Amino acid sequence: MNAAPTNLLTAIVLLPLAGFLLNGLLGNRLGKGFVTMVGCGLPIAAFALAVKCFLDLGPGGNLLLIDIAYTWFSAGKESFEIAFYFDRLSAVMALIVTGVGSLIHVYSTGYMKDDRSYARYFAYLNLFLFFMLMLVLGRSLLVLFVGWEGVGLASYLLIGFWFEDPEKAAAGKKAFITNRIGDAGFLLGMFLIYTTVGTLDMDRINAAFMATPAPMVSASLVGILLFFGACGKSAQIPLHVWLPDAMAGPTPVSALIHAATMVTAGVYLVARMSGIYLHAPEASAVIAAVGLATAFFAATIAVVQTDIKKVLAYSTISQLGFMFLALGVGAYGAAVFHLYTHAFFKACLFLGAGSVIHAMSGEQDIRKMGGLAKKIPVTFWTFAIATAAIAGIPPLAGFFSKDEIVWFALASGRGGSALLFAVAAVTALLTSFYMFRLLWLTFFGASRMTKEAEHHVHESPPSMTGVLVVLAGLSTVGGFLSIPHFLERELPLPAVKEGFEHYEHFVVAASIAIALAGLAGAAWFFGSGAARAERVRLAFPTLHRVLLGKYYVDEAYQAWIGKPLLWISERVFLRFGDQRLFDGTLHALAALGRGTAAVLGRIQTGSLHLYAFLVLSGIATALWWSLRHV
Amino acid sequence: MGSLQFFGWVGVALFAIGLLGVVVRRNVLVMLMCMELMLNGVSLTLVVFAQQAAAAAATVLVFLAFVVAAAEIAIAIPIVLLLVRHKRSLDLDSYADLNG
Repeated sequence: MNAAPTNLLTAIVLLPLAGFLLNGLLGNRLGKGFVTMVGCGLPIAAFALAVKCFLDLGPGGNLLLIDIAYTWFSAGKESFEIAFYFDRLSAVMALIVTGVGSLIHVYSTGYMKDDRSYARYFAYLNLFLFFMLMLVLGRSLLVLFVGWEGVGLASYLLIGFWFEDPEKAAAGKKAFITNRIGDAGFLLGMFLIYTTVGTLDMDRINAAFMATPAPMVSASLVGILLFFGACGKSAQIPLHVWLPDAMAGPTPVSALIHAATMVTAGVYLVARMSGIYLHAPEASAVIAAVGLATAFFAATIAVVQTDIKKVLAYSTISQLGFMFLALGVGAYGAAVFHLYTHAFFKACLFLGAGSVIHAMSGEQDIRKMGGLAKKIPVTFWTFAIATAAIAGIPPLAGFFSKDEIVWFALASGRGGSALLFAVAAVTALLTSFYMFRLLWLTFFGASRMTKEAEHHVHESPPSMTGVLVVLAGLSTVGGFLSIPHFLERELPLPAVKEGFEHYEHFVVAASIAIALAGLAGAAWFFGSGAARAERVRLAFPTLHRVLLGKYYVDEAYQAWIGKPLLWISERVFLRFGDQRLFDGTLHALAALGRGTAAVLGRIQTGSLHLYAFLVLSGIATALWWSLRHV
Repeated sequence: MGSLQFFGWVGVALFAIGLLGVVVRRNVLVMLMCMELMLNGVSLTLVVFAQQAAAAAATVLVFLAFVVAAAEIAIAIPIVLLLVRHKRSLDLDSYADLNG
C-alpha cells in the first residue's frame, strides 16, 4: 500500500473540537443563531473534508493517507505520535460518523429548540464528534483509546444531560462505570501488545501478527482482552446493562451515540485488529458465541418492552450482537456492512421515535399510542421504511447486510456452523417480529391516547422530518453499495466451507421468508387490537415476567456484585478502616495527650508561694548534694 | 566573733527573713520587698567574702549587682501596678489563673 501524507485528517478531527470550544465558551452569550451555525456548520465541514479525503483515496484501494499531527512524547527510542490513518475502513467509519452525525445535529436544532441548555447540548454533541473521529481515525491504539474514553465521557454528559432528574444522572453514571470495567480489559490488552510487539500502531500490530515468526504472545489472549473492552462499549453480554438505561438522554443523542456511532466502536476495534483475530480462533469463537447470545436475548427482551425507546435500545443491542457474530466467524467486511446500514435505519428509527415523542408531548409508552399513522404521516412513512429495513425485507438496506451475516454464520470457513445459523435465523425472526409489533402498536389500530394528548398531536418541523426523509432514503438504497467487496483489500472475507456454495440461494430465500414471517406474525398478533397477543401473555405469565424483567440481570448484578461491594465498603472500609482504624488512631492519640495534660496540669497550682518553695528546696537539695559529694 | 563573721551571719539572716517573707506573705508588694531583702543579704555576703579574700573585683561586682537590682525593681513595680489595676487586689491568690 502506498501511504500519502496529508493535513486534512487533523482538520477533520479538530473542526468539531472548535465547535465544542466556541459553543461551550461563547454559546450562551451569542445566542441560538450562532450556536446552530457553529454546532451544525462545523460537523458538515468535517463531513465535506471526509468526502474530500475519501475521493483522494482513489478507486484502486491501494492508497492510504497518513497524517502525523504531533509527537505526543518520546521515551528513549520510542516515540508516541498523534497520527491519523485513513484507509477504506476508516473512510467508511469517518463518513458514517460525520454524515449521520451532521444529519442528527440538524435534527437536534428542531428537537431541542426550546431547551434551556441549547448551547451546552451542541457543545457536548460536538465534543462527542471530536472524540469519535479521533477514535476512528487514530493510527495508534493509544490515540484510539483517548477517543474511546472521550466518547465515553461525552456519552456520560449527554445521558445525564437533564441532570436535575436523579434517575437520568444515575443512568449516566451507570454507563460510565460499566464502560470502565470493559476498559480495564482493553488496557490490559494494550499493555500486552506493547510489551510483546513493541508498538501500538494498529497497522504495524496487524502486520506483526500476520508475519512469521508471530509475536511471542497468545493472539487469543490479546484478542479476548480487547474484546472485553469492545463488550463494554458495544453493550454485549455481560456488560450490556448500561445501554437501555442510556435512553434517559435526549432522543437525538440516543440516535447518534447509542445507536449509530459510539456503540459500534467495539465492532470497529475488532475489525481494525482483524490481524490478531485471524490468528485467534478461540477468541473468535468466543466473540461469535457472545455476539449471538446477546443478539438472541436482547431480541427476546425487545418483544415485551412497552417503552418505544427501550424497544429500540434492545434492538440496538441485538443488532450489535449480529455484528459481533459476523466478526466471530471472520466476516469482518459483513460486520462493517451491517454497522453501516444499521447506522442509517437505526438513526432513522430513533429520530422517528423522537418525532413521535415530540408529537405526543413527551409520552414514550406505546400502550398509550396507536393510530398515529394518519396524524404524523412523514414520521410514519420514514419509520415504516426503517422498520422494514431492520427487519430485512428486500430490497432495503438491512436485508443485504443481515443476509450476509446469516450466510457467513452458516458457511464461513472460520467457524460457521448450522447451530449459529439456526439461532441467527430465529433472532432475525424475532427482530422482524418485535419491530413490526412496535410499528403496529404505535401507528396502527385504534388510538389509546388521552383526549388531551390526542388534541396536541402534530407533525414535527421540517428540520426534523427532512432528516428523517434523508435517512429513510439511505436506509432504502444503502444496501446496494457492497461494503464487504469495497473493503475486501483490508478485510478479506473468509472462504466458504466446501460444499456450501450452492446453499447461498437457500439462505437468501430463508432470510426473506423470515422477514415476512415476522411481519405476518406481528400483523396477526397485533392487527386486531392485540387481543391474541394478550392471550399469549396470559398463557405464559412466568415467561412474560422474566422477559419484562430483562432476565433480572440488573437485579443479579445488584445482589451479587453491588451488595457485596456495598457491604465491604460499609463494614470494612468505612466502619473498620475509616472510623475505627484511622479515626480511632487519631482519637487515641488525642486522648493520650489529654490524659497526660490532666496529670501534669496538677503541678500548675497557680500558687506562687508553692513555686518559690519548690525552687528553693530544689536549690537547697542541690547544694546539700554537692557539699556531700565534692 | 570578728566583724567579718558577724556581717556574714547578718547576710544569712537577711536572706532567710526574705525567703520566709516570700513564702508566707500573700501581699505582692511585701513579697517584692522580701525579695529585695534576699538580694541585699546575698550582696552583703558577697562583700564579706570579697573582704576576706581581699579581692577588689568582687567588691566592684556588688555595684554592678546594685545597678541590676535598680533596673529590676523599675520593671517589677510597674508590673505589680498593672496587675493591681487589672484585678483590683494585691492578694497573690487572685492571680492563680494558670493553675491546671
